[in-house]
Amino acid sequence: MATFLGIDYQTCWFLLVGAVFTGYIILDGFDLGAGAIHLFFNKEESRRVALNAIGPVWDGNEVWIVIGGGSLFAGFPEVYATLLSAFYVPFMLFLMGVIFRAISIEFRSKEPMLWWRKMWDISYCISSTLIAFLLGVILGNVTEGIDLGPDHVFRGSFLEFLNPYALLTGVTTVALLMMHGAIYLVMKTENRLYTKLTIIVKNTTIFFVIMILLTSFYTLLYLPNMAIVIRRYPELFIVPVMMVLAIANITRQITKRKYLYAFISSAVTISLLMILVAMELYPNMLISTQSAANNLTVYNACSSQKTLGIMLVVAAIGVPLVVGYTTFVFVTFKGKVKLDEMSY
Amino acid sequence: MDVEILARIQFAFTIAFHYIYPPLSIGLGLVMVIMEGMYLKTGQKIYEQMTKFFVRIFALIFGIGVATGIVMEFEFGTNWAVYSKYVGDVFGSALAAEGIFAFALESGFLGVLLFGWNKVRPSVHFFSTVMVTLGSMFSAIWIVVANSWQQTPTGYHIVGKGLHARAEITDFWAMVFNPSSVSRISHVWLGSFLSGAFLVLSISAYYLLRNRYVDFSRKAFRIALIVGALSAVAQLFVGHQSADVVAKYQPAKLAALEGHYDGTKAGDMYLIGYVDQKKQQTHGLFIPGGLSFLTKGDFKAPITGLNNFKPEDRPGAINFVFQTYHLMIAIGMFLIALTFYSCYLWWKKKLFNKRWLLHIFSYSVLLPQLANQVGWYSAEVGRQPWVVYGLLRTSKALSQAITAGHVIFSLLLFTWVYLVLFILFIYLLNKKIKHGPFDEKNLDHSPRHIEMADSLA
Repeated sequence: MATFLGIDYQTCWFLLVGAVFTGYIILDGFDLGAGAIHLFFNKEESRRVALNAIGPVWDGNEVWIVIGGGSLFAGFPEVYATLLSAFYVPFMLFLMGVIFRAISIEFRSKEPMLWWRKMWDISYCISSTLIAFLLGVILGNVTEGIDLGPDHVFRGSFLEFLNPYALLTGVTTVALLMMHGAIYLVMKTENRLYTKLTIIVKNTTIFFVIMILLTSFYTLLYLPNMAIVIRRYPELFIVPVMMVLAIANITRQITKRKYLYAFISSAVTISLLMILVAMELYPNMLISTQSAANNLTVYNACSSQKTLGIMLVVAAIGVPLVVGYTTFVFVTFKGKVKLDEMSY
Repeated sequence: MDVEILARIQFAFTIAFHYIYPPLSIGLGLVMVIMEGMYLKTGQKIYEQMTKFFVRIFALIFGIGVATGIVMEFEFGTNWAVYSKYVGDVFGSALAAEGIFAFALESGFLGVLLFGWNKVRPSVHFFSTVMVTLGSMFSAIWIVVANSWQQTPTGYHIVGKGLHARAEITDFWAMVFNPSSVSRISHVWLGSFLSGAFLVLSISAYYLLRNRYVDFSRKAFRIALIVGALSAVAQLFVGHQSADVVAKYQPAKLAALEGHYDGTKAGDMYLIGYVDQKKQQTHGLFIPGGLSFLTKGDFKAPITGLNNFKPEDRPGAINFVFQTYHLMIAIGMFLIALTFYSCYLWWKKKLFNKRWLLHIFSYSVLLPQLANQVGWYSAEVGRQPWVVYGLLRTSKALSQAITAGHVIFSLLLFTWVYLVLFILFIYLLNKKIKHGPFDEKNLDHSPRHIEMADSLA
């Protein structure tokens, strides 16, 4: 079996796909979070500033889901096909969310009428929240496992995705991204909007802490599988420890009004959450609730070694480029938002 | 209705709607690069205004293009799971390459293009415009590579049997440069350039007819006319090359394009006509042996006909393939005539004298759009009953987990959302055009300016 840095190609791609989706949640996550709290701003100017805070970057951030979807398709076609056809309804709703979020941002500023702007504000808020919620729901379902038959075809009912655990992870994701988005916005704003956001940051952080506690209890009580790896390798307990510390650091930095550090901590929290899930899943990618023999793993769901190898070359060339110009764009638009004639 | 038909309708509808936008962004991107390049070179403010105006229109188009494009990427998995497993090893890598090399490039620099006017130096802004345009062109490369592989698969082998069969890459570059990809990418690019150029021509003609922004519109018109004329004539050759590839690798499709049934006879080339599928006859105005001549260089050479294929191996809607193909060609020819006649008038310094011509131009934006659409219809419907030509039938490519109910649900959802989107798009585009590139009190259309512009025309 071919290896890269001593890791086999399948595992490499498991890590890479995971990293891309983590990148998506960190980057587009703050756009989605900003959208989810959008209606808390009452004044027209506040809403414009909030929109323009993500204006130049949200499109670039959204690309990560496209790369994630593409690399899942290329690296693990079985998982891609099974996951999307099994979660038909949530994915269709997700796509609607993506469409409405994009056009809300784009169309809102095109007309001055109050009703027009209000309509797109509401649409923007609902679609952002919906995307965040569905991401959490899908992640929750992946964690629990789904009803996969022996030929890896989904046998369950289509409303199964709305089970209690998935709903809980859905709401937790909304809370997490609300906090993440609020911290981003607070870095980009000044004066009264800034003051208002400092309060929103506090409240959303409390909301997130409550939700993550509930989700953790539920996971440990009802999904004992999700702790097997840590039980077997106690040294990995460091991951949840670090996550708790990262969350604690968010609150600490918020109190000190060091929002950049709070934002980094919140990004680290997201990464550690994803690592925790990946750690417990591996080598499975989709768990069958019927029988472990039906699981889709990195080994039975992957593309050929040749394709995985080619894709590693593609990633090795592409990722530094993407990171490069993403950094360039973020540096170009650093600092507080100033509205001008080309703004939304 | 059964799941297959519904899923096909949904895919056709969502991709056709999506395809309104990317060609416009690619073509408009190219025109914007020229405009901003002119600004950097000459330093004239009018080129800056021109770029800014079209960037605003570009933003509207791009936004909808992205949103409807993400739908496509996920629809493969939701509705066509068996297909996704079958082609993932090949098609997936092209799609992933598109994401990382192309889409990331255009979306990353889009922020600078739209909002960076006061943040970066003009040369850096110009660089961003170029990057966005290149990104959108690269996007087309990878997507068309993936589609071309479905038309003329190479560089793969089949592993496994039945539902577990799949194509695996044996030679990456043979997959990328499969027989049809280069000619089809060029064909798509030129079609996109035409889309963008004619959008600018239409808008400029609209202003000129109303005597608004005269200097601005004339300059923009000339830039777009050059792009349009060159693309239109190049398209003739590239299109022919594309048809040659079809003749060689997809004989059933070629036969359907010209409604050619009898494989022992020479192929005729129709200018206009219709296919009577029941009687297996094609009627209309044609050049006898024209198809044989164009593909084999001999008016009498027999061409493989539809009767050489079992009925289950032929495209179902032959008249549809025939009509869409001929409409595309007719539009292409008309665009060549229109742009060359206009260039002739320009040379005679009479370009903006003929109002009837400007009237035609002001609606001409619809023509390349229509040609792009019907061209793809004939390419994709002509490939049936295969989703991967000769390897995987469309009927076998569906997701097994979904039912007609699901597809109806999502199809209805897409129908009303896209309808609303389209109405809003047209409304906002129209508004932007009516509002114009800048405040009209600028002395742009004063008599003296018109005179000066005339002398330059």
